[in-house]
Amino acid sequence: MAESALGVQLGVIGAYLVVALVIGVAAYRLTGRDAEDYYLAGRSIGTVVLLFTTFATLLSAFTFFGGPNLAYAAGPEWILVMGVMDGLLFALLWYTIGYRQWLIGRVEGYVTLGEMLGDRFGSTRLRGLVAGVSLFWLFPYVMLQQMGAGEAIVGLTDGAVPYWAGAAFITLFMIVYVVLAGLRGVAWTDTIQGVFMLGIVWVAVGWVLANAGGLAGVSAALAGNRPAFLSLGGGVYSPQWMIAQAVTIAFGVTMFPQINQRFFIARDDRVLKRSFALWPVLVLLLFVPAFLLGTWAAGLGVAVPEGANVIPVLLNAYTPAWFAALVIAGAIAAMMSSSDSMLLSGSSYLTRDLYRPLVNPAADDEREAWLARVGVVAFAVGTFVASLFRPGSLVEIGSTAFGGYAQLTLPVLVALYWSNTTRQGMLAGIAGAQAFYVAHVFVPSVTVGGVTVFGSTYLTWDVALYGMVLSLLLTVGVSLVTAAGADERAETFAVGSGAD
Amino acid sequence: MPRRKTDYLWIVVFGTLVAFGIPWFLWGSTATWAGLPVWLWWHVGWMVLATVAFAGFTRGAWDRGMSIEEVPGDG
Repeated sequence: MAESALGVQLGVIGAYLVVALVIGVAAYRLTGRDAEDYYLAGRSIGTVVLLFTTFATLLSAFTFFGGPNLAYAAGPEWILVMGVMDGLLFALLWYTIGYRQWLIGRVEGYVTLGEMLGDRFGSTRLRGLVAGVSLFWLFPYVMLQQMGAGEAIVGLTDGAVPYWAGAAFITLFMIVYVVLAGLRGVAWTDTIQGVFMLGIVWVAVGWVLANAGGLAGVSAALAGNRPAFLSLGGGVYSPQWMIAQAVTIAFGVTMFPQINQRFFIARDDRVLKRSFALWPVLVLLLFVPAFLLGTWAAGLGVAVPEGANVIPVLLNAYTPAWFAALVIAGAIAAMMSSSDSMLLSGSSYLTRDLYRPLVNPAADDEREAWLARVGVVAFAVGTFVASLFRPGSLVEIGSTAFGGYAQLTLPVLVALYWSNTTRQGMLAGIAGAQAFYVAHVFVPSVTVGGVTVFGSTYLTWDVALYGMVLSLLLTVGVSLVTAAGADERAETFAVGSGAD
Repeated sequence: MPRRKTDYLWIVVFGTLVAFGIPWFLWGSTATWAGLPVWLWWHVGWMVLATVAFAGFTRGAWDRGMSIEEVPGDG
């Protein structure tokens, strides 16, 4: 790659980072020192910002590099999976879980999921369990962003900047940003970035089409080189696999710390309603072009080197260097904002749900704030070190983490709507399903009498789905046979006239 | 505000939207229109339809579903 192109690329990325820092400093000056303002921006977020900050958090390495890579390797059906998962199921959970949490949170003043559940069920152990489980699955997902960013920088600079340096740089930047800006800064940068990415991905589609013979030319190349990609299904895309991915990811996403915390921050109910209605269209506008780019790259015969991502390679081949750099800078920025949100929420789980209740109830605000930042640094450095080993593909790591979170969703849904849920039921449902799922992720599969156990599927269905069913059965079953403790406060979850 | 009988129709609407988010009846189809697979066009139309349906749901049934009048206060 020419010297000047590398300069342009690094210049574009540098310019973006400067803009992000300016926003962070502005937000820092506006943010008060209390936790509600730092973590929730004082519950004052409007429609556009809420929509884009939630969206940008989803707009991670998993969607932006993992998705196109999958479309490149296996065909564009991933668009349908993301449509069902993100556009439909997540929107419905946005209402059933998100709106209800918002209604409860604004009355009781909750900041985290664990705090909400711990208070309702009078259980510090439940609070700590939810926070611990959440942080455990957050680890691989933050690592995924660092891997994505490291790979993106390698692809962009043709290896002039090594993988470890790219990942380290991103890690450093996000630590500084989170410690400084709080949720307001994160939400503002998310919005600018979401709008930017949405616009630029369509420009990328137009540019690639213009230089590759138009839609007709690209389609003909696809039909000639990858005829199977046009047909619905085939290859990895079985109905079981598509359904399992859509369900586990949608349910998992709602329990992601950074997404779940978004349910507390809306200014009023109109913000939540508008975001809900706009969701499917936003999904359509982003994912269709992004995944089509991956698909077309396969049809055009673009060769992607081992360990690289298809989007940078395709753009370097069909668009000018500065434009490719702009898109990659945007994608790297998207990964950073995902990670920023995750680290911010993760640090609130760590300090509020684990440190203060379990270790040091007498900690003052200053000590807590200091610990939150130490936690961010330790967590980010840990994931950085793990990312250097590159333990799997982006989609594999992502879907493992989503599966882990999905084990939390049904117990929470039951608790939100069924007042007879008990503390024992929640503990059994959450701990039982986690034990089941963790065993299937880490224990090597063995075949006993013709049946494979601890594999990734049973009867062709993903184990995460069985874990979800188990979590539901345990939560409801144990709640039915145990009595609520005297310190359980079912009334805190009562919403409206029908719930009392 | 009490729920209305017609509110339960939303469950059917949402169920249908999710069930046919993947057009199972086009499984294995290689038909294309304007250079893109027909099933992709289905996806485009379906997402637009979902947004229209969701917007309709937020006009009333949204709050009745939670058994509340309107959200108390303005925040």
